[in-house]
Amino acid sequence: MSDYLRSYLTVGIFGLVGVALVGVFLGLGRILRPDHPNLAKNEAYESGVEPTGDMWSQANIRYYVFALLFVMFDVEAVFIFPWAARLEAYEVFGLIEMAIFIFILLLGLIYAWRKGVLKWV
Amino acid sequence: MSASLNIIGELAYWQQTGIRVGAGLAAVLLIAGTLVYLHLFKLVSFMQSRLGPMEAGPFGSLQLLAEVGKFLQKEDIFPRKADRFVFAAAPFVVLMSTFLLVVVVPGGPDAWFIDTELGIYLAMAVSSISVIGILMAGWGSASKYSMLGGLRATGQLIAYELPLILAVIGVVIQAGTMNMQGIVFAQAEGSIFGWDGIGNPYILTQGVAFLIFMIAMQAELTQAPFDMPIAESELVSGYMTEYSGMRFLLFFIGEFATAGVFSAVAAVLFLGGWYIPGIDPNDNIMNVLGPLVMLVKIVGLTFVVFWARFTFPRFREDQLQKLAWKVLIPLALANIVVTGILKVAF
Repeated sequence: MSDYLRSYLTVGIFGLVGVALVGVFLGLGRILRPDHPNLAKNEAYESGVEPTGDMWSQANIRYYVFALLFVMFDVEAVFIFPWAARLEAYEVFGLIEMAIFIFILLLGLIYAWRKGVLKWV
Repeated sequence: MSASLNIIGELAYWQQTGIRVGAGLAAVLLIAGTLVYLHLFKLVSFMQSRLGPMEAGPFGSLQLLAEVGKFLQKEDIFPRKADRFVFAAAPFVVLMSTFLLVVVVPGGPDAWFIDTELGIYLAMAVSSISVIGILMAGWGSASKYSMLGGLRATGQLIAYELPLILAVIGVVIQAGTMNMQGIVFAQAEGSIFGWDGIGNPYILTQGVAFLIFMIAMQAELTQAPFDMPIAESELVSGYMTEYSGMRFLLFFIGEFATAGVFSAVAAVLFLGGWYIPGIDPNDNIMNVLGPLVMLVKIVGLTFVVFWARFTFPRFREDQLQKLAWKVLIPLALANIVVTGILKVAF
């Protein structure tokens, strides 16, 4: 295996270590902790009164709109990173290209701004 | 890497990985413990004119172990209507994200976990995995408080993810590489107007980016003033409301470990990482001193984070989104353009 792929194997191993650590903590707790569930104890917490209605209540649509905006800008960042690392090689040509790219994205943000999407409620 | 005596490089892959995993566990858990004791127990106590924990060990230094022992003995309660698998899996995902993030942080010329060209890019990618864990916790709990907290957290984390990423791009432009070691070396070998006494820590040239990064980091860690998701006066404890005992503590460990790791990333990007002025960065001694330097910088940066946490009142949700979208993101984009122009011009 090449060094390049190996370093990603290390990343994977670290992820597994994180999972294993949680497993060890919870496993240790399992030996020590009591386990006496009852109906009242297992009820969802709603300030001490009996919970009413569906637990998965409706949520504000705003969150969804912001998530969509996020996807747009996150994809943009993916394209900017390689450019940023190699800017020295591209010089003025790269600068103008990226200025156009960022300008188009900025238009998107300004459009969302003018449309009132960025205003919360 | 360097021509000096490289002990780790001569071992087999599984031996190297064993050492790295041990170092990674130490880096995550010891730093999380140090931060909880120094900042959460003592710093806040002194700010509020009290002593903090004093009973367990000298100056309460063993309080943390006592806390873990206490949480280990607490009953593990599953809400009746909870989505059991999602509810149980959430802490795993949150802590996994932290461990994936610590991988990119270097501690010395040879003391690194991985040394890839994608360094900081990888860090930005895996840091958003914790959002999934938090959303899982909010959804899986089947409680209205948790659901609201989870959604607020998601809305906040993704909004501040962008300024965080865009602020990093300024540093990448200046360093000309995404490799974390490359960024450290670029700062160590840089000079300020021809004077290379302390290299060129990017906090000097990327001050705006540093400010944006620290604010976004505060929000990513859901520390006050950005603690809407776990606002205890309105949402009990947000997405953690239904968690009890060890599972609750795991979210807590994840929070502080991530605070440490994010500060480590900030230290590498803006404060010169493990480099000490006056010592050749390729010297073998840096493998020993480097991690200590990093620790000092981490404690220093997290001090600022917790100082802000215990000083400022909470943002409202609309103010919070406004700050991210209307101030930080345009500012970060402007920073990229200005940095790019200056880089090409000089």
